[in-house]
Amino acid sequence: MLAPIVKKVLPNGLLVLLKEIHTAPLISQWIWYRVGSRDEKPGTTGISHWVEHMQFKGTPQFPGNVLDKQILRAGGLWNAFTYMDWTAYFETMPVEKIDLVMRLEADRMQNSLFEPKEVESERMVIISERQGAENEPLFRLNEALHKAAFEVHPYRQDVIGEMDDLKKITRQDLYRHYRTYYVPDNSVLALAGDFDAKIMLERLSDLYAHIPAGGGLARQDLREPSQTHERRMTIEGQGETTYIMTCWHVPTATHPDFWPLTVLDSLLTGPSSPSIIGGGISNKTSILYQALVERDLVVNVSGGLQSTIDPFLYVITMIVHPERRVNDVISALDDEIHRLLDSPPSESDVARAVKQARALFAFGSESITNQAAWLGYAEMFASYEWYTSYLDNLAGVTPNQVQRVAQTYFCPEKRVLGTYLPTGSSVGSV
Amino acid sequence: MILPDRLSNFTTRVSPAVQNSIPGPDDITRTQLDNGIIVMSRENLYSHSVVISGYLPAGGIFDPDDRLGLADYTAAALLRGSEKRGFYEIYDALESAGASLGIGGGVNTISFSGRALAEDLPLLLELLSEALRGPTFPSEHVEQLRMQLLTGLAIRAQDTGDMAGLTFDQIVYAGHPYSRPEDGYPETVGAISRTDLQAFHRRHYGPRGMLVAVVGAIDPGRAAELVAQSLGGWQNPDQPEVPPLPPVRRLEEVVTRHVTIAGKSQSDLVIGAAGPSRRNPDFLAAALGNSVLGQFGMMGRIGETVREVAGLAYYVRSSLSGGIGPGPWYISAGVDPENVEKVIDLVRGEIARFVNEPISEEELNDSQEQFVGSLPLSLESNAGVAAALVNLERFNLGMDFFSRYPDLVRDIRPADVLQISRRYLDPERLGIAIAGP
Repeated sequence: MLAPIVKKVLPNGLLVLLKEIHTAPLISQWIWYRVGSRDEKPGTTGISHWVEHMQFKGTPQFPGNVLDKQILRAGGLWNAFTYMDWTAYFETMPVEKIDLVMRLEADRMQNSLFEPKEVESERMVIISERQGAENEPLFRLNEALHKAAFEVHPYRQDVIGEMDDLKKITRQDLYRHYRTYYVPDNSVLALAGDFDAKIMLERLSDLYAHIPAGGGLARQDLREPSQTHERRMTIEGQGETTYIMTCWHVPTATHPDFWPLTVLDSLLTGPSSPSIIGGGISNKTSILYQALVERDLVVNVSGGLQSTIDPFLYVITMIVHPERRVNDVISALDDEIHRLLDSPPSESDVARAVKQARALFAFGSESITNQAAWLGYAEMFASYEWYTSYLDNLAGVTPNQVQRVAQTYFCPEKRVLGTYLPTGSSVGSV
Repeated sequence: MILPDRLSNFTTRVSPAVQNSIPGPDDITRTQLDNGIIVMSRENLYSHSVVISGYLPAGGIFDPDDRLGLADYTAAALLRGSEKRGFYEIYDALESAGASLGIGGGVNTISFSGRALAEDLPLLLELLSEALRGPTFPSEHVEQLRMQLLTGLAIRAQDTGDMAGLTFDQIVYAGHPYSRPEDGYPETVGAISRTDLQAFHRRHYGPRGMLVAVVGAIDPGRAAELVAQSLGGWQNPDQPEVPPLPPVRRLEEVVTRHVTIAGKSQSDLVIGAAGPSRRNPDFLAAALGNSVLGQFGMMGRIGETVREVAGLAYYVRSSLSGGIGPGPWYISAGVDPENVEKVIDLVRGEIARFVNEPISEEELNDSQEQFVGSLPLSLESNAGVAAALVNLERFNLGMDFFSRYPDLVRDIRPADVLQISRRYLDPERLGIAIAGP
């Protein structure tokens, strides 16, 4: 599973990662740019995501509709993601057709057109995407929670962007953003699949050699002041269902405490897959399911830790039982958190979390697309070695470390508590 | 930008070791147990895990109108406690192994799927068997589950996409079992008792018509043995035959219904009619036509018109469900409430064009190549192969289906697509459902 990889930095700064996997006649290519909502300023929020959309609109050599057609005719799959820290594009293709998308990615690193007509049409599409998200109570609550949790850091902003900004961003803003961040020395190119790494590296070197380096980017000052007291917020909306989201500030994926926090997350709300692709498992034996769902306080609970460049949040989401009050839920949640602060989990509970992680790690590494994803994904916040040492790092976690990180990060003054209260319901009020 | 000539000669070839990636009679094993259960299996030498997938005929089609949601509720309750284990023990066994198992309701069948490391396959099958054969429906869990289901229905009532889909089914399938949502309504779920769940299980759960597919790091013979050990002794002589589905009465005109959900930023709409079943010989031509209409590339012709040119929707696509019965053929979209009428007009215009003139050879060829070319990717994962094996059996496609598939796809002509599409889609006889502010 953890076969050796080829890792090489081209003279223009592009990091290339290659992994041969000869199990299916497929190759998956991912290109990662170190740009996301983390790099955005008020007034142009959502611009990284919009640039991602524009990357599908074509270059002089690969007009948008022609490209789409060629990839699909070849039986390929392609898509893209914009996140807080990065933007990624992938194509998984039958082996014989990989060169098409290799040429495409090299080309659209610098030659995308951003035609004004396409920019305007895409503005409507993205506004529509945001309106669709606004229909969901959990999107609205999540957006409000992030704004409450961060005063200055751009993590306070959802990746989709503010509606006002989406109405105002210009073609010039988009193109400048694209040319600033889409440069070889701000990118990671990763391929996995049925190829010879030596030949592949030569081909990639040829394709990218002529693209000049960006020469270093000036990033924003991203220091977020420490939170000194608990923050609470409430939003209201239609419906009968009450939702609660609560979070604490936690460190980055490269901080040593990330590993005990991963075990803590697994114990509290069930294990999550560390991969960006591939789901988790049920969480019915987790501490909070047992304390909240089994006691009919909520009908669902989930939690998640994310791998980020800057310190982010550990978030717990709950759907409140229709006959229960928000304060009852919070009080039961607090009891469980206090228990964790007061005494460490058992050795066997920690060992179980590690076994679960091993299974999820195996599931999340099976397909060629997933393996290629891992190569570059880990580089976005750490390095590929973060991925290869993932299980060893988890296996080294002790019960005392889990208790210590709970005490360090899950303190009341660092918490943010958000509630969505339905206006169409007489129950579920605070 | 023009690439130097020497670069355009770059080619890659498949390694000899990976040529044979498409399942066929040589590497699929099909076994029928004495009690009727069919086991389909295929080994994946490169995997460390196994996937199971399958179904049995105990779906919502058997639900009485005043207990709508009964089959769904029963399926959801199976893993809440069995004769051998309580709720916690079931999930402790699963989650300690990092495994997953789920059972869910549908209209015609209930389906199950699970995943585990290879060494935990016996455990997965044992838990499946205990859930299907000996569920105890513990009272406290029946009530807890009821609250979860009712909350799900309250969330559904606020979900514009769900409500547009539900309303569309009510229009297009009036008088047909497909008009009923398999998760029921608050009043029908509220009326279901623990005794109803027990009775439904006793009567409808049995080995007849059941399929189990096992794919991954397991020898197919061993997979069949393990299924036989856990489920081979199961009998239910009273298990009823599934009633045949009645025909769908085609709409005589365009029928439009609007569901108002206050406070929403966007409206969802669903436009279409009943389509062919998966076993219907029309299916493949309809599927290729559907690809041209609203799938290929950025959502086909409809995506081009509504999203790319008019910029009126983030998503707008057509879908053809197929399935055991005449599943819907529909276009769905999320649009600004102010643009609903505009989008309906554009979609109806594209449907009219689609059934009035043949699609071009080029359009058809694009979708044909995609259908054939995407097979290796769809069959790469254990879950993908398991889904393919389930479909082979469920729709009687034949073990050599995937080797015949390229010819079946490429034999279809634009005239076939036109003729067959006209049987199902008529711009003057559509169901249109809108949910939004």
